[in-house]
Amino acid sequence: MIQPYDAIVVGAGHNGLTTAAYLAKADKRVLVLERRDIVGGVTVTQEVHTGFKFDTWVHGVGWLHPKVMRDLDLAHHGLEILRNDPTVFAPLPDGAHLTLWQDGGKTVETLRGFSSSDANKWGAFAERVAQVAQILEAAYSVTPPDIRAGSFDDLIKILKLGGRLRRLGRRNMMEVIRLLPMSVAEFLDEWFETDVLKGTLGASGISGIFQGPRASGTTFILAHHHVGSPKGVFRSLGLVRGGVGNLSAALAGAARQHGAEIRTGAEVEQVVIVEGQARGVVLASGEEIAASQIISNADPHATFLGLVGPLNLPQDFVQKVRNIKFRGACARVNLALDELPSFTSLPGDGPHLRGVISISPSLNYLERAYDDAKYGGISQQPYLEASIPSLADPTLAPSGKHVMTIAVQYAPYQLKQGLWDDAQRELLFDTVVETLTEYAPNLTGAILHSQVLTPLDLEQEFGLTEGNLNHGELTLDQLFFMRPVPGWAQYRTPIKNLYLCGAGTHPGGGVAAASGYNAAREILKDA
Amino acid sequence: MGRVPHYDAIVIGGGHNGLTTAAYLAKAGKQVLLLERRDILGGATVTEEIYPGFKYSVASYVVSLLRPDVIRELKLAEHGLEIVPLESSFSPLPGGDYLVRWADRDQTRREIYRHSPHDADLYPEFGRLMSQMARAVKPLISMAPPDPTSLNPKELLELAKLGRYFARDLEQEHFYSLVKLMTMSVADFLDEWFESEPLKAVMSSSGIIGTFLGPRSPGTAYVMLHHFMGEIDGVFRAWGFPRGGTGAVAESIASAARSYGVEIRTSADVEQVIVKKGRALGVALESGEEIYARRVVSGVDPKRTFLKLVDESHLPSDFVEDIRRFRIQGSSGKVNLALSELPHFTGLPADGPHLRGFISVGPSIEYLERAYDDAKYGAFSRRPYLDIVIPSAIDPAMAPPGKHVMSIFVQHAPYNLNGGWNDAQREAFGDAVVDTLAEFAPNIKDAILHRQVLTPWDLEQVMGLTEGNIFQGELSLHQLFFLRPAAGWARYRTPVKNLYLCGSAAHPGGGISSAPGRLAALEILKNWSKPWSS
Amino acid sequence: MLRGTPFHSRTSALCEGQNWRRWAGYVVAGSYELTHEREYYAIRTTAALIDISPLHKYRIHGPDAVRVVDRIVTRDASKCAVNQIMYTPWCTDAGKVLDDGTLWRLDEQTFRLTAAEPNLHWLLENAIGLAVEIEDESDRIAAVALQGPNSREILKLISDTDLDTLGYFRLKRAAVADLPAIITRTGYTGDLGYEIWVEADQAGRLWDALMAAGRAYGILPTGILALDIARVEAGLLLLEVDYVPARQAEVASQTSTPYELGLGWTVKLDKGPFIGRQALAEQKRRGLKWKFVGIEVEWESLERLYWEFGLPPQLPTEAWRESVPVYSGRQWIGYATSGCWSPILKKYLAMGHLRAQYAKPGTPVKMEVKVEHQRKQAAARVVKKPFFDPERKRA
Repeated sequence: MIQPYDAIVVGAGHNGLTTAAYLAKADKRVLVLERRDIVGGVTVTQEVHTGFKFDTWVHGVGWLHPKVMRDLDLAHHGLEILRNDPTVFAPLPDGAHLTLWQDGGKTVETLRGFSSSDANKWGAFAERVAQVAQILEAAYSVTPPDIRAGSFDDLIKILKLGGRLRRLGRRNMMEVIRLLPMSVAEFLDEWFETDVLKGTLGASGISGIFQGPRASGTTFILAHHHVGSPKGVFRSLGLVRGGVGNLSAALAGAARQHGAEIRTGAEVEQVVIVEGQARGVVLASGEEIAASQIISNADPHATFLGLVGPLNLPQDFVQKVRNIKFRGACARVNLALDELPSFTSLPGDGPHLRGVISISPSLNYLERAYDDAKYGGISQQPYLEASIPSLADPTLAPSGKHVMTIAVQYAPYQLKQGLWDDAQRELLFDTVVETLTEYAPNLTGAILHSQVLTPLDLEQEFGLTEGNLNHGELTLDQLFFMRPVPGWAQYRTPIKNLYLCGAGTHPGGGVAAASGYNAAREILKDA
Repeated sequence: MGRVPHYDAIVIGGGHNGLTTAAYLAKAGKQVLLLERRDILGGATVTEEIYPGFKYSVASYVVSLLRPDVIRELKLAEHGLEIVPLESSFSPLPGGDYLVRWADRDQTRREIYRHSPHDADLYPEFGRLMSQMARAVKPLISMAPPDPTSLNPKELLELAKLGRYFARDLEQEHFYSLVKLMTMSVADFLDEWFESEPLKAVMSSSGIIGTFLGPRSPGTAYVMLHHFMGEIDGVFRAWGFPRGGTGAVAESIASAARSYGVEIRTSADVEQVIVKKGRALGVALESGEEIYARRVVSGVDPKRTFLKLVDESHLPSDFVEDIRRFRIQGSSGKVNLALSELPHFTGLPADGPHLRGFISVGPSIEYLERAYDDAKYGAFSRRPYLDIVIPSAIDPAMAPPGKHVMSIFVQHAPYNLNGGWNDAQREAFGDAVVDTLAEFAPNIKDAILHRQVLTPWDLEQVMGLTEGNIFQGELSLHQLFFLRPAAGWARYRTPVKNLYLCGSAAHPGGGISSAPGRLAALEILKNWSKPWSS
Repeated sequence: MLRGTPFHSRTSALCEGQNWRRWAGYVVAGSYELTHEREYYAIRTTAALIDISPLHKYRIHGPDAVRVVDRIVTRDASKCAVNQIMYTPWCTDAGKVLDDGTLWRLDEQTFRLTAAEPNLHWLLENAIGLAVEIEDESDRIAAVALQGPNSREILKLISDTDLDTLGYFRLKRAAVADLPAIITRTGYTGDLGYEIWVEADQAGRLWDALMAAGRAYGILPTGILALDIARVEAGLLLLEVDYVPARQAEVASQTSTPYELGLGWTVKLDKGPFIGRQALAEQKRRGLKWKFVGIEVEWESLERLYWEFGLPPQLPTEAWRESVPVYSGRQWIGYATSGCWSPILKKYLAMGHLRAQYAKPGTPVKMEVKVEHQRKQAAARVVKKPFFDPERKRA
């Protein structure tokens, strides 16, 4: 068998494309294989109904490592990230609303209308969260140290992170350590009294996980989603001009420019393993392609239990992979709208519709939404995060019309009565529309088309285990040197020459391209 | 200073930790005065004859965590302490089924096998892991926790040693298991091992005891481990019942303390810690009497100590903020019953060995989680989790011949009840407990001769436990180790010179362990000459 | 309460000394008579009937049965012919022995595995995603061992099959006393013998038939004390006594690999991936630090030690199973884990773990013995196992 490729990347999600681009940039011969006929994985924009383009699963990029942006010259490949202002608009049923802005002064003004105490604390709060986010940002650009190996490199890494913490000063350092394991409810209760403020900030602490705001570790998630945001700017989305699919397109462009080959419609069925070493892949078509290094952008479950197979792996490793918690809890409802929604609390068009529209009146609202899901039901009053990207980018919908994309939480993968079926999808759709209509009564009448996507769809369409967008829940026990499984956090696997580069690895989902960037660095070390 | 100290040390509060500290200080030759507000000693560790002939272990009801080194060093056996092991754990299930874990491993295996053959295989392995984990954290539990932000070379050295221990000496997989235990919910942790709902439920219940959390709340796996740390006769995992009730523990420590020369005054309510120029000089009693000492040690919780006994002006504002936000919400209540006969659980004999151990009412994770849901929104659980022992089945002297006392620990009962606690709410809460128990043991209602119901509010009023929290502060991750009770003040010292903490709010936390009391005394003695001169 | 085995109604009536022992959650007779001496001699000279029902038994059935079994055990299950039985250990990823037992091939797609420890979870865990069913048959199947020189003649009387063609470590389905049964030519005595496996509810009838048929051949119900002596003579390992199963070990240093237990012949590194293969290959390359050996204590040395106290040598009547230090000169070189006075060989035997450089047969060592409350060292030497290996075992 001739060996034409240095590396094969399985899956063309944004992390896979990032890894491919970096490897190609280092003069490796790279082949990217994507099962679907478009690249991007879940980071796609699709025209589901004529003239309406939906950001099917992801409606913004959180943090995109600035180094990746520069290294791969993504701007040149057409990537433009738009900052929404206000960042978030949270309507209340009683006619009030909360808006947070890019400008801290404006946010404080808004808060004063609710509580002067909250307004006064805003600055210090913003400072505190920024401190935590800075520490995380530093941690996200490195490979998690293998604290057990105790190599010199790993020791330096730990000392560096420790040093960064220490520079904050004693009190701040203690605060940062104290905050990470806290629940977002406890954390916010220490600072604020306004329910809708706490609900709206707290929502980023539960985003994407199967936990409520009273779960410890949710303060970490809040900080995770704050990484890369300017101080005091919360829940900033980072919309991509032309839809998030353009991020993938830009990454694919960069990869191709450096010589990577990308094949779509090429489903990898199996990683070829000979004597504990990955040698290549077998496609569904039966075609076999060899390479020196195989990199999987699929989640660890799909990679090891699917592509590799338990028989090729150590028993205790298989056990660890099976113990990864996935538990997708988010669904999506995408709407094609005849007109903009008009909110009772702030009727008509306005800048507020350009932010994220967040249905999060209080922490208890979020907690109750979780209560339903905990026992296997769809939240009767779900937490909703909606955005109308067609306002910032009119090309996404026919003139005068709009697209609205709504992230719904909680819609658990595992329903009490079994798998998702049409009745459940309908129930989900009705629940979402009814919930939103309470705040924007014209919504029901404005819907032209709709798309309902459940965690099961995510699993079936993208192969994401249990429909988890983050390739494994972002909880404290599955982070850093515990991600994807304890002892294997350095992008390598028990199979020689097989690597992971997806969101299942450190630092995980919600931050674009970071796993792919870190993985490429480790892979090149071994090449 | 002008005042001649009357004593080397004054200990505020005659709970088991205060008594322990006093005894250790006196044993080292110090002249010690212990002051207790109530007319009996023990704090939450008391036995009282509330109803004639029936002895209630009013608040705390079993012993597991009492450090063997305390028993040895204070010679508690010579002072009358006898702990009888509670070896079984019995969970009644709906429909007359049950799960019992016995002292004998074959018998336990058979019983678990009945519910799940898979779990029967794994159960001994899980027990081994837990005892290994308990051993792994032992160095941490038996030391004053070093502060990672400190620049003090001695503390840094301790920290480095600890780092070395966790990075090198501990087996790799044990290290990862420890990280998981520290961060996961007990339900998720057990899900990695077991499939049988009753087994998971009874094991997860120890993860929520004393917390304001449900079994699906992250952090509860650690609380389960905390409860695995109990040792009797050096054996991990064994729980015991002190002959004469938990009050016997306090009495034996008090007796040991007296034998070393500690002076104990009851009905002596400390109103204030006298502080001058940042130094504790003594205490002022409610009666107006002032007593001076070289050291003042508080066994009462930090909120009471720093927000009531010490004037705020003597404390840094950061510290006051930390103490204010220290989470201490009580979530449990206690029901004590005098019974004319033993409870008869459906599906089991009227009298049997299953009544001589723990009886745990909480048949599924969902049951426990729903009990928590009620409490989250400010109500007591309509169907609460009950942890029951029948002391008289083990020690017949606790009740008149043929009659029985029953201790029921109940969760959840939030301190901040919607509308507040009052007599009607207390009785409604007591009814919920008895009704729940009657679902499994129908004869219970007719057997009740007397009922004592204690809500978290009562625990605060009677025992002085702020918000009725039995651990003097929740055992959540951000309130443990060097963060307990406040960042930077985990080594029993306080911002006020010569004032120390020795209660459950200090590392390593609650339960009848006497560990904080012992560690505080050792820390105080270690620095005896230093703060005076500095 | 512990359970009696399916034979309990019969064995309890015969157990004169009420000498009961625990075995895997059951009670079985330690000895039936007041001493086990006659029962031991039955194994070696006539026929012994031993209740072995407490063994764990698992049925592994399905198209992927070979794959599952081969992933777990160290021997090559694909080479196990139908009706063949293999003795095999199985290991952790680190190559440490979890358990050992016999693997039977009942047909192309069906195996039975016997084990000392519960292994259901381990089997299920390693069968995930494979087309196989695993059943815990432990409670459903009763088993009795018929061991000793007369065992074949007795079994011939009540079975419908030709036992002369049943080879060592082979099995046959047959009717025994008109009951559907499986006869295996296996045992834990190192002697000629069979084990007979039937549905639990038919155990009593099987027992009665065997006892009746054996009466003229000196059959004796035999307890596990006699069995224990026989298995030491045969050099057979006992879990929890001669090695700590990996699952029960508190620290890694307590565990052993098959190589370290003298079971290297069971490890088929070439058969393809199985659990522990990598670690075992690594150990094979690097060489062993420990070996499991037979030890024979020199009679003269033992006699001399007792002579000094004016005593004849005091010999243990039962096999012992505690750890006993072994020295070379003054240096500690290992430990014996079980031993006995062999009534047939008239030798004091032991088995134990020694540092590899002392493990060669013939190496002189010293084993600790307690003589009149004092620790002494008796001269001994390393010998080959089995200590007793009669030709009739395989014939």
